[in-house]
Amino acid sequence: MAAKPDLKRFPGFFALTLLCLFLLYAPLVIVMIYSFNDSQSITIWGGTSLRWYGDVFWGPEADKFKQAAINSLAIATAAAIAATTIATMSATAMLRAGHFRGKGASFALINLPLMVPEIVTAVATLIFFSAIGFTTGYATILIAHIVFCIPFAYLPIAARMEGVEEVYEQAAQDLYATRWEAFRLILLPLMAPGILSGFLLAFIISLDDFIITNFVKGAGIETLPTAIFGAVKQGIKPNIMAISTLLLGVSILFVTLSYFAGRIGQKTKTPTGETT
Amino acid sequence: MAEDQTINPAIEIDRVVKRYGSFTALNDVSLTIADNEFFTLLGPSGCGKTTLLRCIAGFEDISEGAIRLYGDDIANDPPNKRPVNTVFQQYALFPHMNVQRNVMFGLQRLGYSEMDARGRAREVLDLVQLLPFADRLPAQLSGGQQQRVALARALAPNPKVLLLDEPLSALDLKLRQAVRLELQQLQQDTGITFIFVTHDQEEALTMSDRIAVISDGRVQQVGPARDIYEEPNNKFVADFIGETNLIDVAVTGVSNGMAACTLPGGAAFTCPAAQGAHQGHGHLSVRPERVSLTAPEKALITGHVQRLIYLGTDMHIDVALSDGEMVKARVQNSQSAHIPAQGAQVGLDFEEGAARLLID
Ligand SMILES: Nc1ncnc2c1ncn2[C@@H]1O[C@H](COP(=O)(O)OP(=O)(O)OP(=O)(O)O)[C@@H](O)[C@H]1O
Ligand SMILES: [Mg+2]
Repeated sequence: MAAKPDLKRFPGFFALTLLCLFLLYAPLVIVMIYSFNDSQSITIWGGTSLRWYGDVFWGPEADKFKQAAINSLAIATAAAIAATTIATMSATAMLRAGHFRGKGASFALINLPLMVPEIVTAVATLIFFSAIGFTTGYATILIAHIVFCIPFAYLPIAARMEGVEEVYEQAAQDLYATRWEAFRLILLPLMAPGILSGFLLAFIISLDDFIITNFVKGAGIETLPTAIFGAVKQGIKPNIMAISTLLLGVSILFVTLSYFAGRIGQKTKTPTGETT
Repeated sequence: MAEDQTINPAIEIDRVVKRYGSFTALNDVSLTIADNEFFTLLGPSGCGKTTLLRCIAGFEDISEGAIRLYGDDIANDPPNKRPVNTVFQQYALFPHMNVQRNVMFGLQRLGYSEMDARGRAREVLDLVQLLPFADRLPAQLSGGQQQRVALARALAPNPKVLLLDEPLSALDLKLRQAVRLELQQLQQDTGITFIFVTHDQEEALTMSDRIAVISDGRVQQVGPARDIYEEPNNKFVADFIGETNLIDVAVTGVSNGMAACTLPGGAAFTCPAAQGAHQGHGHLSVRPERVSLTAPEKALITGHVQRLIYLGTDMHIDVALSDGEMVKARVQNSQSAHIPAQGAQVGLDFEEGAARLLID
């Protein structure tokens, strides 16, 4: 212990930490606070009210936001289901099919979207769609979302599957289960928390995406992030803060759920590894 | 014994070779295991016991040879097509199913109805005295209870052969001894052929009808516990099963299973010889408890007491011969026993039948 330099004692460490936290979270906190502002202005405090939340749901722009929210939820649900299914199949192939040619390359390909700058993916996807003659619209948004959601679904699923020892499936096969039954009755339930976690993560990544959506969406189709962006271009009104706060709340909720889903049953593992 | 096994063999392992890349885990293994036999695979860690069991269960493809179950070659069947069940070393109970569901799993895969499967599961759970725990999850059971669930789960489908991979190694000593007897009883009651893997020689000696001693992927010797212990074939078996002295001798002749040899110090001695023993340099195995201390004049070998170790009921005595070789003797502690002092010159004696010439 003593040999480790104590980072906490470095001069200025505490101040630097505060500065980082401030830069990261102050804008969010300010937006959240001002979403409850009663004034027309976005800077002058005029007392607390839920006025702008009412404006979001029943104001002049309510229909636009509602349609965008429905689009977002529908696309996120469909994209997350598809991405989770594909990610589960990939993880099973990667972790349970033994060694096969191109395994390393497959792993890199599955996770590459995490490394590629999003704007590059966005431009490339748009060029791809126009090259094969796809008109932009709901379908293009959905396809693009499925693709970039796969790695986010894959990571928690693969992490969970790695934690499930193969001996359970072997025991199932020993007890006359086919490979498919061993997968469906044993592996799938044991990794269900990972699948749920992957689904929630993919859902929120899709729900929050702006850059790629903005490129591949057709004219007139808006998701919540693109609708917010469109509204901001016409000047920031306090209702933007309200809707942003709502979106932030949903995001935090889903990321938290995903985190806890990934941990279900982790601590109450059966004492398998205990034997020496 | 060899004759009745060939009448009704449950499992024939016929010149099986298993390679992992360039490493040979099983080297030309041939075993015939009789119907209704409690057969034990015994050997040190890494000798290939689990590998052999996995080959029988179907989790490993064999590189060469054949595995026959009541005459049918099963070497190419997938695990779920082999009427053989395994008790895994780590039990591998399905953590998301309760005890009863675990036991029902195999039955349902075999097409039992929910009701029949439940009935049979409860019957087997009753057999291992776990009926009151039927609704618990595996994580809510003690190690010993988990072990019995694993046993019940493997027995429920009434397999032709039950494979057990060190099922007792996770239990503490007391429980292990109790479960040994239960297992033996269970084998007799069910009449199922057991293939039991262990690296614990005491476990093997007390439970088995026959034992195969394995080392380095090869079968060293097969036979009932008594034969293995009292008539070991080679140095490995003699050394691995119990404690023994390996005394350097010059073999002057072998005939009719008896060997004439010259002991260190020059005394002539005749004793039984393992099959394949030959003239020249050899080793005599004598168990420490069969070595007795006598006056040097009357003894076969003489030496000095090097060390005395008090073991409660016994006294362990290390005697150094004049050429530096060490011979261990074990004498029962009693009032009448004459225990020499450290450094004293002593004579060592053993009967003809207590010694055995081994092949190296
Ligand atoms: N999949 C594998 N690939 C390569 N070598 C393996 C593999 N499985 C086992 N081995 C090797 O085969 C040998 C026998 O292994 P095995 O598990 O059968 O030993 P064991 O007798 O069961 O030992 P223990 O008592 O420690 O369980 C070991 O040297 C092991 O390293
Ligand atoms: Mg083993």
